[in-house]
Amino acid sequence: MLPGLLNQTGRVDNVFFFIVAVSVVILSIVTFTMIFFLIRFNRKRNPVAKDIEGSLPLEIIWITVPTILVMAMFYYGWAGFRIMRNPPEDAMPVKVSARMWAWTFTYENGLNSDELRVPLGKPVKLIITSEDVLHSLFIPAFRVKEDAVPGMETYLWFLPDSAGEYDLFCTEYCGVGHHSMISKVIVMPQEEYAAWFAKKETPVAGGRDALKLMEKKGCLVCHTTDGAKAVGPSFKGIFGKKETVITGGKERTVVVDKEYLRKSILSPGEDVVKGYPPVMPPQEGLLSDEEIEIIINHIKGLK
Amino acid sequence: MITGNSFYNAQDKHKGILSWILSTDHKRIGLLYLTAMFSFFFVGVILGLLIRLELIAPGRTIMSAPAYNAVFTVHGVIMIFLFIIPGIPAGLGNFLLPLQIGARDVAFPRLNLMSWWFYVSGAAVILISLFTGGGPPDTGWTFYVPYSIRTGTNVTLAVFGVFLLGISSTLTGLNFVTTIHRLRASGMTWLRMPLFPWALYATGWVQILATPVLALTLLLLIFERVFGLGFFDPAKGGDPLLFEHLFWIYSHPAVYIMILPAMGVVSEIIPVFARRTIFGYRLIVFSSLAIAFVGYLVWGHHMFTSGMSDLSKVVFSFLTFIVAVPSGIKIFNWVSSLYGGSIDMKSPLLYTVAFIFLFSIGGITGLVNSALATNIQVHGTYFIVAHFHYTMFGGTAFAFFAALHFWFPKIFGKMFRERLANTAWFFLFAGFNTLYFPMFILGWQGMPRRYYDYLPQFHTLQVISTIGSWILATGLFIMFYNLISSIFRGEKALSNPWGGVTLEWKTSSPPPVENFEEPPVVTGAPYRFR
Repeated sequence: MLPGLLNQTGRVDNVFFFIVAVSVVILSIVTFTMIFFLIRFNRKRNPVAKDIEGSLPLEIIWITVPTILVMAMFYYGWAGFRIMRNPPEDAMPVKVSARMWAWTFTYENGLNSDELRVPLGKPVKLIITSEDVLHSLFIPAFRVKEDAVPGMETYLWFLPDSAGEYDLFCTEYCGVGHHSMISKVIVMPQEEYAAWFAKKETPVAGGRDALKLMEKKGCLVCHTTDGAKAVGPSFKGIFGKKETVITGGKERTVVVDKEYLRKSILSPGEDVVKGYPPVMPPQEGLLSDEEIEIIINHIKGLK
Repeated sequence: MITGNSFYNAQDKHKGILSWILSTDHKRIGLLYLTAMFSFFFVGVILGLLIRLELIAPGRTIMSAPAYNAVFTVHGVIMIFLFIIPGIPAGLGNFLLPLQIGARDVAFPRLNLMSWWFYVSGAAVILISLFTGGGPPDTGWTFYVPYSIRTGTNVTLAVFGVFLLGISSTLTGLNFVTTIHRLRASGMTWLRMPLFPWALYATGWVQILATPVLALTLLLLIFERVFGLGFFDPAKGGDPLLFEHLFWIYSHPAVYIMILPAMGVVSEIIPVFARRTIFGYRLIVFSSLAIAFVGYLVWGHHMFTSGMSDLSKVVFSFLTFIVAVPSGIKIFNWVSSLYGGSIDMKSPLLYTVAFIFLFSIGGITGLVNSALATNIQVHGTYFIVAHFHYTMFGGTAFAFFAALHFWFPKIFGKMFRERLANTAWFFLFAGFNTLYFPMFILGWQGMPRRYYDYLPQFHTLQVISTIGSWILATGLFIMFYNLISSIFRGEKALSNPWGGVTLEWKTSSPPPVENFEEPPVVTGAPYRFR
């Protein structure tokens, strides 16, 4: 791998094992001493107790020894952390945008992807922000995590040191679809990556495949296309249907047409279909007119 | 049910239920709290079992995603704000503080009743919030912005309920601190005071100084939701991190509101069943105060991935490690207090021993959370869920159960069945570890918390955890069956069944309205058995 660059997975694990080892020793000493005392000084064996008010030397020992141990833990934790916060200069920057409930990764050449593809052996710096609420980007395999905060850029970096697919989770609760805000990190051999990167696959915004678009935008977390009831109404057969909706606390009936769908996407809280929770995030500013058009046309076709 | 000169038979200007809910007797108020708290605890347990049942298999099992989110939020809100924060201080502290310091009542009996009414009002508002407006809140108990501002669920009302609970908690803290300053029995100097009142004293200060910050934060959140003022919304120049800071400035010290009284209970029980004085009384007192003080300064360790400055993370990590030391001191002192004793392994001590073991695990896994490098991996995962259940349930709740058994004869004048209490203990201890230990592994492997669904690699441990929840529930059922049935059918208790030496054992069981026939006089240290 890269000379002088250590994988942080190993570093974090070293800190973890150090703390766990010390902890297990302390826990064992405490537990076995306690059990020994409970047996040895049982009333049957030891009918008369002895008062011991305290012992200054002992108390000094268990103030100083734990203090030294926790300071060592603090130091190792900090040392590992310092590396995590200082990305190498040549790290490849990727912009990450989090939204309810999908990730978008934007590369230097303008390429967009909903999976994080990275070349093997090259440090990657993720510059993270959110378009709506708090999210948190977590890649357990590389021991990294950082919140996505609206109105602010945060960052993390890691070294993808073996090819393969790794899970990427959202770990800051963000609503109904939180559990499905999962993506993948795909670590590819350098040449394969270069080929993928050069292809510049069509960015999300102009995507022609409606299903793929709806998946990327997180629509399918709550809406199905096969008529099954989920968090929200299914898209199948909804176009042209009469629905009872709740508008400002009052029930009324509407016919689902283009206008209604558009309104339901941009400001879903205004007319909520009866029997469903008012949980959909407004998409104002998150979807382009063109994208809305593609989605509505697709829904129209789902009979 | 109980005869003789006990506070249960006291003549009052009110009759029936009114003689309870309008009573200013600290013992009645303590029982009011205990009744209400354990009712809510029961609801919280049911919700917890539902969470575990949903997670027994990936995908939908028994409820929808929005329902799941509401269930874990309400589970958290109930367990934290309605059970474990009022918990030991408001319930047992109310009953026992005046008895232990030889006082007739708390300093402000009517304020005490008002605290209870604030508690009940807050609880009622939270319950109303579940069934009105947009339905139960789905934000998690932390109410993080901006999600809590955007969600259509009934967050505003629920948060207002928590605000009322905060007033209750602050007033109780104020009352206890004043009581301890002003009403200690003649001869009871500060260093002759038992350790449970000392723990309540340290807790009281945290309640007085930290809770108003929560109240303020929640009001800001309400204003933000109702009027769109823009304290926290970045689109309006606000900052979501501001909310996180304000929230944890209270909510971290709040974990010491939960654990300090539990530590006080343990310091009371060990000397009685070991028949010897506590080891290092002064150091235990000092460590309570140190925890309460340093505990204010560590809130940032909840925010190591939040995007706040790296320097502040280093400082908060350092201070968090410092606060671990006094907790460790207590554990070593408790274990040493068994040395040379004449130990009677009765159920209160059994529950206490479980506390020491489980709280130790909670504490040392806290070291993994405190270290910056490892915190990044475990933050927001099941590791955290396991950690805080080990400290709050394995710690505080086990100590609470120990205390319930320990003071049961004093409070009700009856004995519970010892064998049944030990059986319940076995199920609780085994179930607890089966339920929560797998979560440490799940968390280290990367399973995020608050997930309705999970990837297949997490399935086995999720199943084990759910099975644990049933064992634990069995233990709870046996324990409460034993305690509640013993109130009515238990053998009559002596005034001092365990041979304790603190003042509450020097009056009858249950105590008379005025607590002591004669005002007690204290002549020495609290734990002298000979």
